[in-house]
Amino acid sequence: MRIAAAIMAAVLTVAAHADAPKPRIERGEACVAPTGEMRRDHMDMLLHQRDRTMRQGLREPRFSLKGCVDCHASRETGSVLGKDGFCSSCHEYAAVKLDCFECHSPQAQKRTAARP
Amino acid sequence: MSPERRQFLGWGVAAAGATLAPGFMLVELAQARSPQEAASKLQRWGLLIDITKCADCDECVTACHEENGVTGHGRPQTDAQWIRKVSLRDKRTGYAQTLPLMCQHCEHPPCVDVCPTGASFKRDDGIVLVDKHTCIGCRYCVLACPYGARSFVHEATSGQKPDVPRGKGTVESCTLCVHRVDRGDTPACVEACNKDGGKAMAFGDLNDRDSAIHKRLRAEPSSQIRADLALNTGVRYQGL
Repeated sequence: MRIAAAIMAAVLTVAAHADAPKPRIERGEACVAPTGEMRRDHMDMLLHQRDRTMRQGLREPRFSLKGCVDCHASRETGSVLGKDGFCSSCHEYAAVKLDCFECHSPQAQKRTAARP
Repeated sequence: MSPERRQFLGWGVAAAGATLAPGFMLVELAQARSPQEAASKLQRWGLLIDITKCADCDECVTACHEENGVTGHGRPQTDAQWIRKVSLRDKRTGYAQTLPLMCQHCEHPPCVDVCPTGASFKRDDGIVLVDKHTCIGCRYCVLACPYGARSFVHEATSGQKPDVPRGKGTVESCTLCVHRVDRGDTPACVEACNKDGGKAMAFGDLNDRDSAIHKRLRAEPSSQIRADLALNTGVRYQGL
């Protein structure tokens, strides 16, 4: 019984991983925080920075959405959206609505996108 | 900022002043603010528009809408309008004038008073903005503004500029090109007017006694539109 459960769990894990998106890291050595922290807390970082920038005019580069987009936009499309987009692929998989880009530009700024 | 750093910067200013033309240098330094430094109450950004020089062009409007990615759908009734040219004509004498009209960045903004969510707010440096994250699109501010400066975004938008997010269901207006001001530039309308227009517009810190705009306001006559409302606008006009 225990073995069957273990096999079942292993199969499910493999199946889940097969579907999971593998966002491509486009440029740079490291993100602004370790990967685990980014996965868990990126939304809070953005929310916090959003209010600081909007209300106080603090345009710190570390947690700026523009900075995320400039680094993570796909080289082909220049965007973080689309089928294999860095943001949209994960959000679609996790069924979490992503509404930053109804207003914000999902495109990397031209000068940064052109940089190798 | 620590007192030591403040003092150090003060010396830097003094040293720079010895090598550069003093007036010019002070304006430049007053505008540069580091990304780690919040907008301060010590400053109040404003415009001075000399409408006797305002040419019969719309360079300011074109530049604004280009800079901020404000695109229409060919529907003038509902398309967003951040700045517009207004024509005035004295019926008796036929004397005609034209002036650019945008958000007047009031000290006591009615749009902020009526906002039910706090989305419409005045930044410490006097720039009146809409926080579109909390705007619910009720349009009270559109009605409250005596200058008709606010627009509602009726339709889904695309192709926004990275510095200027815009989205359906929120209200927007002139931001005094806050993204440019924060990096030490002048608003797009002012830049365009001084390049291709009638050189009628000036931008600066109304609180800084050494700024060109403060000196002009001190020495020359100027007026506010609807001064009777006592809103203390940040946009002042000459020749009205």
